[in-house]
Amino acid sequence: MREERSDMSEDDDGGGEEKDSWAPGLGVAGKSRGAPYPLPPPLCDQVLENVIENVLQFLTSRRDRNAVSLVCRSWYRAEAQTRRELFIGNCYAVSPRRAIDRFRCVRSLVLKGKPRFADFGLVPIGWGAHFSPWASAMATGYPWLEKICLKRMSVTDDDLSRLALSFPFFKGLTIICCDGFSTAGLAVFAEKCRHLRLLDLIEDYFEEEEYEVVDWISKFPQTTTSLETLGFDCLPSAVNFEALEALIARSPALRQLRVNHHVTVDQLRRLMVRAPQLTHLGTGSFRSPEEGEGMEHEAHLVSAFAASRSLVSLSGFREVESQFLPAIYPVCSNITFLNFSFAEITAEDLKPVIRHCHNLQNFWVLDTVGDEGLQAVAATCKDLRELRVFPLDATEDSEGFVSDVGLTAISEGCRKLRSILYFCQRMTNKAVLTMSKNCQELVVFRLCIMARHLPDHHTGEPMDEGFGAIVMNCKNLTRLAVSGLLTDKAFGYIGKYGKSIRTLSVAFAGNSDMGLRYVLEGCPKLQKLEIRDSPFGDPALLSGIHHYYNMRFLWMSSCKLSRRGCEDVAQRLPRLVVEVIRDRPEADDEAVEKLYMYRSLVGRRNDAPPFVKIL
Amino acid sequence: MEAAGESLRDTELRLGLPGTDAPEKPASTVTRGGKRALPEDDEEGYAKSNKSSSSSEEEQGEGDLCGHEPPAAKAQVVGWPPIRSYRKNSLHARKVEGEAAGLYVKVSMDGAPYLRKIDLKGYKGYKELREALDDMFKCFSLGEFPRKEGCSGSEYAITYEDKDGDLMLVGDVPWEMFISSCRRLRIMNGSEARGLGSRH
Repeated sequence: MREERSDMSEDDDGGGEEKDSWAPGLGVAGKSRGAPYPLPPPLCDQVLENVIENVLQFLTSRRDRNAVSLVCRSWYRAEAQTRRELFIGNCYAVSPRRAIDRFRCVRSLVLKGKPRFADFGLVPIGWGAHFSPWASAMATGYPWLEKICLKRMSVTDDDLSRLALSFPFFKGLTIICCDGFSTAGLAVFAEKCRHLRLLDLIEDYFEEEEYEVVDWISKFPQTTTSLETLGFDCLPSAVNFEALEALIARSPALRQLRVNHHVTVDQLRRLMVRAPQLTHLGTGSFRSPEEGEGMEHEAHLVSAFAASRSLVSLSGFREVESQFLPAIYPVCSNITFLNFSFAEITAEDLKPVIRHCHNLQNFWVLDTVGDEGLQAVAATCKDLRELRVFPLDATEDSEGFVSDVGLTAISEGCRKLRSILYFCQRMTNKAVLTMSKNCQELVVFRLCIMARHLPDHHTGEPMDEGFGAIVMNCKNLTRLAVSGLLTDKAFGYIGKYGKSIRTLSVAFAGNSDMGLRYVLEGCPKLQKLEIRDSPFGDPALLSGIHHYYNMRFLWMSSCKLSRRGCEDVAQRLPRLVVEVIRDRPEADDEAVEKLYMYRSLVGRRNDAPPFVKIL
Repeated sequence: MEAAGESLRDTELRLGLPGTDAPEKPASTVTRGGKRALPEDDEEGYAKSNKSSSSSEEEQGEGDLCGHEPPAAKAQVVGWPPIRSYRKNSLHARKVEGEAAGLYVKVSMDGAPYLRKIDLKGYKGYKELREALDDMFKCFSLGEFPRKEGCSGSEYAITYEDKDGDLMLVGDVPWEMFISSCRRLRIMNGSEARGLGSRH
């Protein structure tokens, strides 16, 4: 359900997808040296292998599978033969060829490209993560491919076309935070992909002029389709509504529909009437097309929602007019996921809605609801697992609507909370500490105090103690993002207690190299570390040499690294690709503005643009 | 001590965010009054310092004690706060759209080398509009702008293109109706405009 999407956006995954034999001496037939496929085993081993293969079919977790593959050669082969879903967390860590050579029977591919900080404009355009080489390799290597999920890749219209033409059994395409393609590509894809079940566009970037927009919705097969999921809420251009309505009408299997903001409330109602079996709905704008036409739409909308007995997930509400919110009351008690994060609503708007949402597990909202709104959430949503509070105005000196008060309320009401993302302008150690004690099941804790270096607004102290409490009390914590005024002490806590942490995001924090050292020396499970604007230099960088092969990547920008330090690392760790990214061509060569390094089985990439120097 | 410190602080001018309180001394790694190894001890420290933070003033924690320069007056930093541009654009675009839907219109003047753009919402009525246009285009104009409806006795007429694409004379309809239907403005030569003028 929603888990899949949350999973992708959490960047939560773990051990190597292709990781094997990083520990030396494991004797797996020279895989790490790129030796050819091993010789066939003797007969008795073959029988055993067949048995293992049959068992392994049931093993789906990639971490389990990675472990299996390390047992012995026979198990390695069996696992390789039976892996159906291939997860590649860094497209540059392995080549398409190697992946295809090892895993012969893949049906589903997950591929991630750019580092996460690319989302915030820190990675210059043209950096890489091109999907094309993968698309062409898989066209020959995996003819039975059914599903692809891409995140932060550059995808072209040609790629989409190739996908549609090369894979006769293709069923599902999910594209998250990607760019490079347009409605023209979607049109070809829709037309050629006859058995498509899933097309989900999530937060992708489109750069089309109005006159370039293609009516892709009309290109779907005119017969009954097998569509189960159609999501295009990020599409900036309007789709042909009549064609969309007709498409919905001939898609009896449709369960998830997410439309964009061009779809108004009356249009939405028409779609809902065609698809009362929907489980997931993205509502578009949730406003009426013209002023003053609200009244009649309201009544019809309520009945449309009342008829949608299966709805468990609601999103959209892009330009919500609060008069329409009551329409969703009939489904509120069934809803487990509610995304109001584009809806500028107040606490007064929210309260009557949230009061019905007893079963809510995932709630995304804008900070316009304020601490008061969050208190209302805490009062009703006892089953809440995930909360995300986004800022309406994402600038440092914006007026903050939520604070430590809201956080405390949530921690007191929602004890089962596992994941939180919270943007605010003021926070206290006490509130964070309270959360650490009340919500011990926290797996993800991401607090963003928007003003840089902001201390506890009651005590004036750094936020060290609050974050320290989080890592100490929340034993299941795997992902942490810190903010506010932080000294090395905070990192001391993280290094000491954050034994399960896999992903750590740091910005404008720490006093000295010790901060980074604490983390690199103390967190054995650390996989993904992204740091910006913190005073960590070469000695700190070097202190992680023992660990970098176990990590997916390290990102450091605007820190105190020098070319020499990075070169040192590159020399000592030949399997690490060390990229120095320059923003400005005339920038000083010695100081390193941006460092991105990652382990790779295939060495330096050959598509690096001029502003990337690989050491 | 505390009182004196407070009043001294009151008179100090500092950079900072509204609503943030002044720490009594630089919030430093040197712990106050002893070790603070365990977060639980925080309660005590919190209670103590709470008294002194009653005055609210624009103060920020003393830059950072980390040894680099305190952050400059809040110039926006790239990629901070960490919000995806997708989200920023969605919310921002809506704001901009809402504010300026169809109300920025191009203004052309026959014979002028370039066009201008104005926000119709910025004017309360026709008089203001004419004055603004006069001001904007006076460097080009060779005559007077029409001061009242109709174009008798003036070199130029102000016309507009409406929703349907028709060329209309400015001034016939109520102001509100005008701004909701006006797509662009054109300042026409008087002679060309004769045909449009309402002959009251």
